[in-house]
Formats: sequence, C-alpha cells, structure tokens
Amino acid sequence: MKILLVDDEYELVSTLAERLSIRGIDADWATSGKDALAKLAETNYDLAVLDIKMPKLSGLELRKQIQTIQPNMRYIFMTGHGSAEDFFSASSEEGADAYLVKPVNIDDLITKIHESLARQALGASGPIEQ
Amino acid sequence: MSLFKALKPEFLNYSAAESGPFKSLFNFRQLWRSRIIILLCVALTPLICLAIFTFLVTKHDTEREIHLRTIRLASNAKRTISFFFEERQAALDFIVRSNSFDQINDNSQLTNILQSLKDSIGGFTDLGIIDATGRQLQYVGPYNLQDVNYSSEEWFKEVSVRNYYISDVYLGFREVPHLIIAVKHTLPNGLTYVLRATLETKRFNEIISNLNLSGTEDAFLLNKQGIIQTPSRSHGKITEKLTLPVPAYSERTEVLEMQDNNDRKIIGYAYIPETSFIFMLIEKKSELMRPWRSSQEIIIFFIVLAILVILAVIYRVATHLVNQVFLADLKRVQTLHEVEQSSKLASIGRLAAGVAHEINNPLAIINEKAGLIKDIFSYKEEYKHDLKIIGLIDSVLASVERCAIITKRLLGFARHLDVSIQMVDIRSVIEDVLGFLIKEAEYRSIAVNLDIEENIPQFETDRGKLQQILLNLVNNAFAAMQDNGHLDIKIRLLEEGFVSVSVKDDGSGIPEADLKRIFEPFFSTKTKTGGTGLGLSITYGLIQELNGKLNVVSKFGVGSEFTILLPLKNTRATKGKNK
Repeated sequence: MKILLVDDEYELVSTLAERLSIRGIDADWATSGKDALAKLAETNYDLAVLDIKMPKLSGLELRKQIQTIQPNMRYIFMTGHGSAEDFFSASSEEGADAYLVKPVNIDDLITKIHESLARQALGASGPIEQ
Repeated sequence: MSLFKALKPEFLNYSAAESGPFKSLFNFRQLWRSRIIILLCVALTPLICLAIFTFLVTKHDTEREIHLRTIRLASNAKRTISFFFEERQAALDFIVRSNSFDQINDNSQLTNILQSLKDSIGGFTDLGIIDATGRQLQYVGPYNLQDVNYSSEEWFKEVSVRNYYISDVYLGFREVPHLIIAVKHTLPNGLTYVLRATLETKRFNEIISNLNLSGTEDAFLLNKQGIIQTPSRSHGKITEKLTLPVPAYSERTEVLEMQDNNDRKIIGYAYIPETSFIFMLIEKKSELMRPWRSSQEIIIFFIVLAILVILAVIYRVATHLVNQVFLADLKRVQTLHEVEQSSKLASIGRLAAGVAHEINNPLAIINEKAGLIKDIFSYKEEYKHDLKIIGLIDSVLASVERCAIITKRLLGFARHLDVSIQMVDIRSVIEDVLGFLIKEAEYRSIAVNLDIEENIPQFETDRGKLQQILLNLVNNAFAAMQDNGHLDIKIRLLEEGFVSVSVKDDGSGIPEADLKRIFEPFFSTKTKTGGTGLGLSITYGLIQELNGKLNVVSKFGVGSEFTILLPLKNTRATKGKNK
C-alpha cells in the first residue's frame, strides 16, 4: 500500500506523512499539483489524499489529471473550508471516497484510507456510506 | 376616546424615525391630511356654494314677494278708502246741486235727506247747513248743534277756500271719534253755504278690518301729524301719536323696512288723495319670513347630513388609500431591512468562513506537529510512561479540537445562508445554536434544559433558516431573562405530522397590550438599547417560509413561551442546491 499526500502547506503534509509512516503506511507527499504529477509519473500509488484548495492547481483539477494517468486510484479530499455536509456533493460529483475537514484526526484518516482501499480491492466505485 | 382610537389610522402610530433615516418616502400624516383637505374642498365647495346661492336667491325672492304682497294690500286699501270718501263727497255734492237752498234749509227736508243717506250709503250721523258767516242754519242729528258758529274752525276756513273738506278723526264737542265731510255750494245769487255731514268711524274702521290680515299684521290710518286715526292692534290707540316716524310723501304706494325696538318691520303705506290720511300696513319681517326659514331649516338639515356623509366617506376613502400606500411602503422598508440584514449576515458569514479557513490550516499544522510529538513520545520507551508530557500534548490536541469545532460551526453557519430544503436532524441544529450561546448562559448562570423526544426523525426543512429561527428565539429569551434564569427547550413529535419546538423562559414576559403587535415590523420595546424591532418579524416570516406556525403564550412578569410547529414534509419548492 502506497499513498500520496498533496497539500500546499509543507509543515502539514510532511508531518502527516511522517505520522502515517510511524503507523506503517507508506506515504509520499507533495506541496503542489505539479510536484504531485511528477511523483505520479515515477511511482504507482494506491490512493491520493488531496487538499481541495491549493494555488494554481486545485485538488479537484488535480484529481481529473491523475485519473488520466492512473485510472484506478482512490481519492480522499481534505479541506479547511467546509464540514461533513460538503462530503455529499464533493464525493458524489468528484468521485472521492471520503472528505475530511482540517484539522484531521489521524485515526479517522487511517480508517478512511483502509475503507477506501478495501473498496478498491472489491472493485467498487462511488462514495463510502457515512 | 375609544371611538377615536378605532377610527385612528394605523400609520399615525408610526414615525419615519422608527424605520430609520431616508427609508420612508412619504410623510403619511401630511399626505393623509392633504388628501382629506383636497377631497373635502372638491366635494364640499360646490355643495356649499350651491347652498349659499340658493339661500341668497330664495331669500331675495321671498323678500321681493313680501314687498309685492304688501304693496298690493296697501294699494287695495288705498283704493277702497279713496272710494269711501269719493262716494260720500259725491253724494253731498249731488244733494246741494239737486236741491234748492230753501229746500235744503228746511229741517224736515234735511231730515229726509239724512234718512235717505243713512239708508242708501250708510254711516252718516248728522247733516248741517252753515252759512258764509260760519253759523249753522240747520242741523239734523242726535246733538243740539243748532246755531253753533264754526267761523273760527280751521275746517270751515279750508272749505271756504277749497270748496270741499274731509277732516281727520277727532272727538270734537261730542267727545266721540268722528270725522266730517263738508261741501261748499255757491247759489246763483252769489251767496254760498256749506253742507256738512258727520260720518261714523265704525264703517270707516270696517274697511280696514275687512283686509283679512294675519295675527301679527297691523293696518290703520294715520294723519300727516302721525296721529292714529283708526284702531291699531299694537301701535297705539286712536288719537295717540305713533312711535314710528311718519313716512315721506309719495303719490304711489311704497314699502320700506324699519327697525322698531327689536323687530325688523316692513311698512307698506299710501297717502289717500284729497285727505290727510295715510294708510299704514305694518308687518313683522320675522313672521313673514317664517315659511322661508322653515324651508331653509329643512335644506340646511339635508346639507349638514350630506356634509357629514361626505366627511365620513372622504375620511374612510382617504384613510384607506393612504393606508394602502403606507402598508406598501412599510413592506418596502421591511424588505429593505431584511435585505440589509441578510447582506450583513452574508458578510459576517463570508468573514467567518475566511477566518475559519485561515485558522484551520495552522490549526491542522499544530494538530499534526503535536500529534507527531505524541507519536514519537509514545513509541520511545523513555517517554512512554511520562504521563505529564503525554498529558500536556493531549491538552494541546484537545484545545486544537475545540478550536476545530468552533471553526466548523462558523463554516456551517456561513454555508447555510443560502441553503434550501433538505433532510435535517433537529438535535444537531439545536446543539449548533446552543453551542453559540452556551458560554453566555454559563456567564449569566442561566440554566438551559434541553428536552428532546427520542423518536424524532430527520425531516424536510431549511437548515439555515431553522438555525436562524432558533437562534433568534433563544437570543430573545436570553434578552428577556435576568441572570440565574431558566430556559426550557422542549422538542416533541406531534401526531399530525409536525415537530413542535417550544422555547420557554422565566423572563420579563410581554404585556397583553403588546402581545398583538410583537410580530409587526419595527415594533420594539428595546429601541433605546439598540433593538430594531425586526427580530420577531423576521422570525415570523422565516417560519411562514418553512410552512410552519408560531404560537406565543406570555404573562407579564412571569415569562414567555414561543412554540413553533414545523411540518415533517415540506412541499415548498427548493431554491437551489448547496454546492
């Protein structure tokens, strides 16, 4: 299992990746869409955790571009601008498995990652039931 | 007073200041007054002009009619009296011409003549023959006047000059009212004598009494010195001086008006030709005008009635029209306020969302950094059991979570400003609302008791509007309560397909007089402390938008309970989706 974390906040994304690594999840990180695409060109990832609001290339646009490169990848969105209700619209329209509001609880994130990957294993698509 | 209150237009209770400066286009009080004045002028001016015109014309016509009637009566009387004297004068003239002096100077012959006059014409008392020296040669009649000398009498001198004479009414030697007619005759031998007859005043008076006058009219004869000659009803006795001045001579019959004591009098008079008599017909103007006044009273009654009806109709119509404009203006101002309010809320929402987002990122970093520290400590044996350090980190993480909850609420409110109908859990809404106010409750020691029935399902409504409704109601309750108060929020599922939410406080309560007006826009008892009077008005409007109902029970000094009923199914069309 290999995941990619993308957020324009370096301090956040690097720490989060480290905390996931401590918990046995192999996580790479990138601080922009461009950086993420470069990493995706080199490595295959099972899941991407994307911040929605990023300069130049937003999380939603990045997802569309990634889909052309790695169509089977699963997605979890994070944002500092929203709450649980936004999950419905974001997940149904953009194909995300989960939607988390910053600050993210690490245990919640790990749960969502496992659920998403479980769905990938089953070949399902669409949002996870909340 | 209560009638005035009932008729008092609603807009008089409001002033432009209540709706804020420059928010009301019209001065309704002035508009109302000017409409009433304009309508009154338009409606009443022709009516009043017509009434005055009719009054003056009919008065003038009536006065003219009275003058004509008076002239007619006086003229008729003048003709009759003239004829009376002419007839008697002609009779005497005929006697002297048809009889020789010897015949007429014979007592028995003169007695026969007197008898003939009494029988044919009537009214003669006696006859006398007087020679040129003034001595009465013959006399037939009830008095002993034989040989009386009249040479020094005025009438004798006058008849000697003018050939005939009609006297005034006087008492004379006999002390009885009478008058005389004398005719001078010249014999072929040049000698002259005078035939003198005395007339009773009875026949004379009958002429005037036969005029068929009404009770207040008075007719009598006057001589040129103003001495009353015939009986008068109200102007004095015979031979007394009339109090009114003698009217000026005129050949024709005349009418004049004169003030006598407190009465305005109409006087018709006519000088009787060849005599010193003036026929006087005196009438009280007020009595003659009485029929006209009666008709005027009826007309005035109907005009006053018409004016009252017009006043009532104009008052009603003007009030209704201005009230419609007032209500439209009130609605406009209310909408303006609501737009302002929503605009303010939207601005606050956007600001809150911006702040929340900006805080969320650093919060996330703190969260991750603290989390990482905890992870490192948890995985290292030497710190794993250091409860103080772990406790400190947990405290940082707990504070981050608390901040996160606050920012989530702020974001939730901001986003719900334009949300439409969706499935809503009433528990989460009320908890969100209380989350904003719980600190105030703690500071003021207000006990908030939340009682939610277990089986309440999610239902269709507008979450944002419901939040605003509950926030307004709880805010109002807090404002009404003293510190250490009690707020009970009870949520129940009703069998009729409604959810009821009651917010009950033990605050100041609402006076009964104000209870009917609390949902009116701009009605506030807190204007001095910054209340706009729009909170409950907007709340009421929002509840209606959600197809809900709002009931209020309040007792002044005890507290208030606001209960809203919300339908489980909301059929109203949604405005749009939340993106």
